[in-house]
Amino acid sequence: MNKVLLGLLLGAALGAVDGGTAWFTPAVRAQLAGIIVGSTIKGLIAGVAAGIFARKVNSVPLGILFGLAVGFVLAFLVAYMQHGYYLEIILPGSIVGMIVGYATQRYGTTPAPAR
Amino acid sequence: MKHLSDKALARLRNGAALPDLTGTRYCLLGLVARGGMGVVYQAEDKDLQRRVALKVLEVAGSEGELANRLMREARVLARLEHPGIVPVHDVGTLADGRLFYTMKFVEGQQLDKYIESVALIPDRLRIFLRICDAVAFAHARGVLHRDLKPANVMVGPFGEVLVMDWGLAKILPTADYPDAAIRDNPAPNSADRISGISVVTGHGSVMGTPGYMSPEQARGEVELLDARSDIFSLGVVLRFVLGQTLAIRSSRRTERAMEAICAKACAQGREARYATVQELAMDVSRYLDGLAVAAYRETIFEKLGRFYLRYRFFILLIGTYLFVRVFLVLFYKH
Repeated sequence: MNKVLLGLLLGAALGAVDGGTAWFTPAVRAQLAGIIVGSTIKGLIAGVAAGIFARKVNSVPLGILFGLAVGFVLAFLVAYMQHGYYLEIILPGSIVGMIVGYATQRYGTTPAPAR
Repeated sequence: MKHLSDKALARLRNGAALPDLTGTRYCLLGLVARGGMGVVYQAEDKDLQRRVALKVLEVAGSEGELANRLMREARVLARLEHPGIVPVHDVGTLADGRLFYTMKFVEGQQLDKYIESVALIPDRLRIFLRICDAVAFAHARGVLHRDLKPANVMVGPFGEVLVMDWGLAKILPTADYPDAAIRDNPAPNSADRISGISVVTGHGSVMGTPGYMSPEQARGEVELLDARSDIFSLGVVLRFVLGQTLAIRSSRRTERAMEAICAKACAQGREARYATVQELAMDVSRYLDGLAVAAYRETIFEKLGRFYLRYRFFILLIGTYLFVRVFLVLFYKH
């Protein structure tokens, strides 16, 4: 699977799961659907960014770092808009970014050059 | 009357044995190796100003079994244009009547010496895969090597791997080359070459190197030889590359999958071996990539272990994520 598509699918899937864990926080359980959608979009953006980065730079450590940075920034923005839950959002969000960054570098394929 | 000293006599004898390159574009530089069939010299191509390896027959004449063999070897090499096979440049007869051919001069080490400097098993297996590439190409061109062994593989200074010494090659009739002129057709029962531990005799008898040749080759069943005979030799080379001795049965424990690959390649019955070199190479590649190999049926635990080894960092990251999530849910109250 190509790197961008892999990043998109994995980012969206992990984002949805990450958002779904909000169910364990009773205070926000009422807004669960919105959280899942938002988290899915966040993961999707991080995944596509990591996929594009993986196309340009062929390095697993840099891919992980990039995923971590993108995950952190996006999670921070979400937490900032929520006015709270910084640790619950930023920490797992950053790890999701790392996972997507690693996966796109390690398991994504580069499209064959056009003839 | 003055007598010549032994030293002077030896010098004269050596001088007389040297090939007479008069009338050729080659200039002799030195001796490289001496075999039963011929002698390989290092020479310089004066026109192209490059070094070449010059293989010269030890006896004069373009007739006879040895001459046929040398010419056949040159023609086999000419047929096999591949980066893993040493290319032949020229063929002809010297002023002293001896047949010769020139080929690329390969600087490097024989695999049996070079392999000692390669510490990592994956690097060793990558070298083996390049040997497989060359042999598979030869098989596709209808040529069996019949004397595959580490001493017949050279590794160049830039890591290039070249399969050498095609003197025992058997040419199978193919659609592309139906001519019989360069087919394997040795004289009956003529023991014509003893080079190192390579043994060559006539039709229906032994050709190859003990320890590396397949059982059917060792029995002299020339008509039964096919790609699977070379695959047996490749299996023994694989064992050697992995650091084992020539013994087919080894007491040393290796990883089961790789042991199964070696065992399948070196099966006594040729039906039990890999059918093609590509199949053998594919299994070695899959082993290198941490995938299941066709030669070995894994248990569920071995499958899980291989899965973990292959994806361990990914699994570690997912585990970290789950741990953080559980920690936040259980212990961190906003």
